[in-house]
Amino acid sequence: MSYIEIHDAVREFPGKDAPFRALDHVNLTIERGEFICLLGPSGCGKSTLLNAVAGFDQLDEGSIRIAGQPVTQPSLKHVTIFQNYGLLPWRTVAKNVELGLESMGMPPAERQQIAEKYLELVGLADFRHRHPAELSGGMQQRVAIARALAVDPDILFMDEPFAALDALTRMKLQDEISSICREQHKTILFVTHDIDESIVLADRVVIMTPNPGRIKTIVRVDLAGRRDRTSPDFLHIRDHIFTEFAMKPADQTEYYI
Amino acid sequence: MKKIIHILGAALLLLISWQALVLLGGWNEALLPSPARTAAGFNELLADGILVADIQSSLSRFALGYLSSVLLAIALGLILGWYQQIWAFLNPIAQVLRPISPMAWLPFIVLFFGIGEMPALVIIFIAAFFPVLLATVAAVRNISPVYLKVARNFGIRQPAILTKIVLPAVFPSIATGLHLALGTAWVFLVAGEMVGAQSGLGFPHH
Repeated sequence: MSYIEIHDAVREFPGKDAPFRALDHVNLTIERGEFICLLGPSGCGKSTLLNAVAGFDQLDEGSIRIAGQPVTQPSLKHVTIFQNYGLLPWRTVAKNVELGLESMGMPPAERQQIAEKYLELVGLADFRHRHPAELSGGMQQRVAIARALAVDPDILFMDEPFAALDALTRMKLQDEISSICREQHKTILFVTHDIDESIVLADRVVIMTPNPGRIKTIVRVDLAGRRDRTSPDFLHIRDHIFTEFAMKPADQTEYYI
Repeated sequence: MKKIIHILGAALLLLISWQALVLLGGWNEALLPSPARTAAGFNELLADGILVADIQSSLSRFALGYLSSVLLAIALGLILGWYQQIWAFLNPIAQVLRPISPMAWLPFIVLFFGIGEMPALVIIFIAAFFPVLLATVAAVRNISPVYLKVARNFGIRQPAILTKIVLPAVFPSIATGLHLALGTAWVFLVAGEMVGAQSGLGFPHH
């Protein structure tokens, strides 16, 4: 039995003429400690699938189990990180990180200590008294990551968390989240439409296609250690995924002998 | 500092045009007294304590009407903004009642509450109620869904959702509504006092 089991998932939304099928009989199993990227264009159901596994949305058919338990609602053990960070603008950085600890009934001193620890981990200890609006997008997403890690969840769900960041900040955060999550032994389900991002991060890239939302193939990324975006192995996998999306132009070289 | 210069300049401008109007117009003093005469009259009212007493009773009446109205409007607004199915039925009623001038309620108010203290209070109450109610309902409806998702994810339940998420999220919009209502309510205070109140800033006009 796998850690996360998605069995025959179907989710439809009402459409103009016919209902729109966002998920069409999707099956996927994820092992504990795996880093999984859901990759695909918009409308392929990747966010719908994430929302359902995270417990924010219910399936029309099929089932989702985590550690054998059916998912019915979000849990403190499975924290979601959103594209627009979801920080509370009226709270300071430190108070944002303490948010989840408050509902665990932890005394204030201990909360502060834990918030401090995770802010240090993401390199923002000096910004603890600032408000989110005073930080750049990359820093805000780091705060959201610290807030998620602070409750020590088993699973992190990430819904295009770096999509709103500039390219260089995005690459830096990819490297950081990759090493943090592996060190802390988290299971990650990460939604993205960025092919390179999925190869940098994932143990397995789940390629999805739209209309209706289905899993096309799953590509295993066997690259050890910190991934070099320019290495031949990386480019080989990238090439493979491009082919899966049929995004490589056919070879039309003409040969003259 | 610059602001003070602007205010003093505006006051000076007003006094000069007032005095010029009096000199050039040549109306009867009882219709348009000069600034100097007005200042003397003001001093007289101040000296026998009528003005201070009137301001006091106006202010306390205003505070009572405004605060009770605002508290009820915010409480109702939070509930109706949260339960949108109920608001869908009440919204048309609010939209019909809202444009009615508070003064137009006066015949009813006098019939139900008599004359004296109550009409001014009720008019202030009505004047402040709708701007705050509508601002609060709109603010609750406009709370970013991601805040509520985060709250669910981190195991925050009612009443903590109200105190930790909803109230701080809606506060800026409600503050705008409160500000608006403050101005409107003050305008209607004097009007309300002109009906039968035995004290207050509107009473001497009666």
